[in-house]
Amino acid sequence: MSFTGTDNYVATKDLQMAVNAAVTLQRPLLIKGEPGTGKTLLAEEVASALGMPLMQWHVKSTTKAQQGLYEYDAVSRLRDSQLGNDKVHDVGNYIKKGKLWQAFDADERVVLLIDEIDKADIEFPNDLLVELDKMEFHVYETGERVQAKHRPVVIITSNNEKELPDAFLRRCFFHYINFPDKTTMKAIVGVHYPDISQALVAEAMQMFFDVRDIPGLKKKPSTSELIDWLKLLMADEIPEDLLANRDQTKAIPPLYGALLKNEQDVQLLERLAFMSRREQR
Amino acid sequence: MLVNFFYTLKRAEIPVSIKEYLVLLEALKAHLAFADMDDFYHLARTCLVKDEANFDKFDRVFGAYFKQLESLEDVLNALIPEEWLRSEFMKQLSDEEKAKIKSLGGLEELLDAFKERLAEQEKRHQGGSKWIGTGGTSPFGHSGYHPEGIRVGGESRNKSAAKVWEKRQFKDLDDSAQLGTRNIKVALRKLRQFARTGAAEELDLDHTISATAKNAGMLDLKLVPERHNAVKVLLMLDVGGSMDPYIQVCEDLFAACRSEFKHLEHFYFHNFVYESLWRNNLRRQSERTSLYDIIHTYGRDYKVIFVGDASMSPYEISSSYGSVEHMNPEPGHAWMQRLTAHFDKVAWLNPVPEEHWGYTHSIGLTQQLIDHKMYPMSLAGLSDVIKALAK
Repeated sequence: MSFTGTDNYVATKDLQMAVNAAVTLQRPLLIKGEPGTGKTLLAEEVASALGMPLMQWHVKSTTKAQQGLYEYDAVSRLRDSQLGNDKVHDVGNYIKKGKLWQAFDADERVVLLIDEIDKADIEFPNDLLVELDKMEFHVYETGERVQAKHRPVVIITSNNEKELPDAFLRRCFFHYINFPDKTTMKAIVGVHYPDISQALVAEAMQMFFDVRDIPGLKKKPSTSELIDWLKLLMADEIPEDLLANRDQTKAIPPLYGALLKNEQDVQLLERLAFMSRREQR
Repeated sequence: MLVNFFYTLKRAEIPVSIKEYLVLLEALKAHLAFADMDDFYHLARTCLVKDEANFDKFDRVFGAYFKQLESLEDVLNALIPEEWLRSEFMKQLSDEEKAKIKSLGGLEELLDAFKERLAEQEKRHQGGSKWIGTGGTSPFGHSGYHPEGIRVGGESRNKSAAKVWEKRQFKDLDDSAQLGTRNIKVALRKLRQFARTGAAEELDLDHTISATAKNAGMLDLKLVPERHNAVKVLLMLDVGGSMDPYIQVCEDLFAACRSEFKHLEHFYFHNFVYESLWRNNLRRQSERTSLYDIIHTYGRDYKVIFVGDASMSPYEISSSYGSVEHMNPEPGHAWMQRLTAHFDKVAWLNPVPEEHWGYTHSIGLTQQLIDHKMYPMSLAGLSDVIKALAK
């Protein structure tokens, strides 16, 4: 059982190797890369390719490592004790399982996605070291020891907003999703829009890589933005030749809003287009 | 098995540990990669390298190692960064040659043309010798810039023939000189001051028990806000001119501060503080904030950190109308004294190495103005700043 990409996801060879290593050796896989290169999507696709359920834990700036394990609801227990509820005698009734516990507890092997781990506090990864390494933890309130029935496939994504501690990195496999080259990109577009006309793809891609090559862009457009842009182009039914002879007629690509997300970048592009038109005169 | 490879990586300063090495062996035992060099390369990289910044180093070592260049000297030669070679190359040129290069469209183009020619030559002569040193000549030998020096990675060869690691596509991400921001953030953590602010969400057990007891046993819940980092920082950054060499380290520091402190305000100045500062460097002329406004807006509990080289003409500090940029009716030191009088904690981070401070008069003047709370911009200096500010 090995991962080779799916009908909707093109995985390069090195990515396949990283996923297969993580699945076989049952260790977490850390995925980094530019935003929009399909890091989060990978977990969904791995789950569907390997036929495992997917559990997602989206990390926010306020997320604590403990919340992934369990939370003890002391307030409702106190309230129940006041009301004389019988539930109160078992502390277990007030322990809410977190995502990690659910993944450990599942009857089959699951894919657990820990999304955007870099958004949390700088100590967050350190608090999960043993839990991810041994795949077990201790519940202080009940004295119970939770052990993974089947070690889940853990996929962790990071946008590099904070660097991760060495001790954490040691325990993971690592893969950096590199920006796809033109052939891979064509395969990706083909997977998303199989019936898109070849000419449109070629023109749009040329333009897309041209835009990416402009020095000094604040946020370079990425794969997901290309996909969105193509969708817009198709929906708008822009004639193919408009893309081809853009230099004379249009200052910047049509529907650029899908590609450029920053008004400074749009201005930069307009300026460059203006300069090139002036040179032509 | 692969012990030498492991140590070669270690010598090349790729942070690999025994644990990762054992994982690689385990993966090989599980037949994840078998009798396929590309597979092994991908597997080794995903097991051993945990930062894309080290991918390029890894590619070089991998290439070098599996070309049977096992001696340390050769590997180190293979690890010489391209920029270094280039600067070495530039050193060899006379002024008129440099001018000629410019007329030919810059060094980049020339090097590209040079590489192409080199590739042709290589084909005619012999196959191998891709790596520095295999020809028996060091790139730093008598010929200075050795043509083969730049050939690390074999970019100009037929693309399909080049192995993955020879493409060296991660070259841009190599950051060996850079101080990671994690170190800075960990150092900055010491400045955290926790205070309970915001919405009450956490159960205050002690208070609940006593309130319940006073309430004759009826439950009376007491909640407190969660503890947050409440430290307030005012960052003053010197921009332009003499600070240009330190842009990268300042950006790192700024990035680290931004994510670490919720209450962070920043202002820019040029060389020294005068009657107004600015927030947006692009609009430094049109949008300025008066220093009086800053003093009146931010409370004395804000901790002020200056970042600058403090290297200028002494008149820029001591004299009226001494600024290089504008007419300043009052000398810089008067404004600095107003700042230090208002804010309790003021410190200065200086990217100039500490041993050079004695040679610049204005650094001494600044030191006096800020009560000798100037520290070098290094991790040690940063912890000293934090100690001074946290007191």
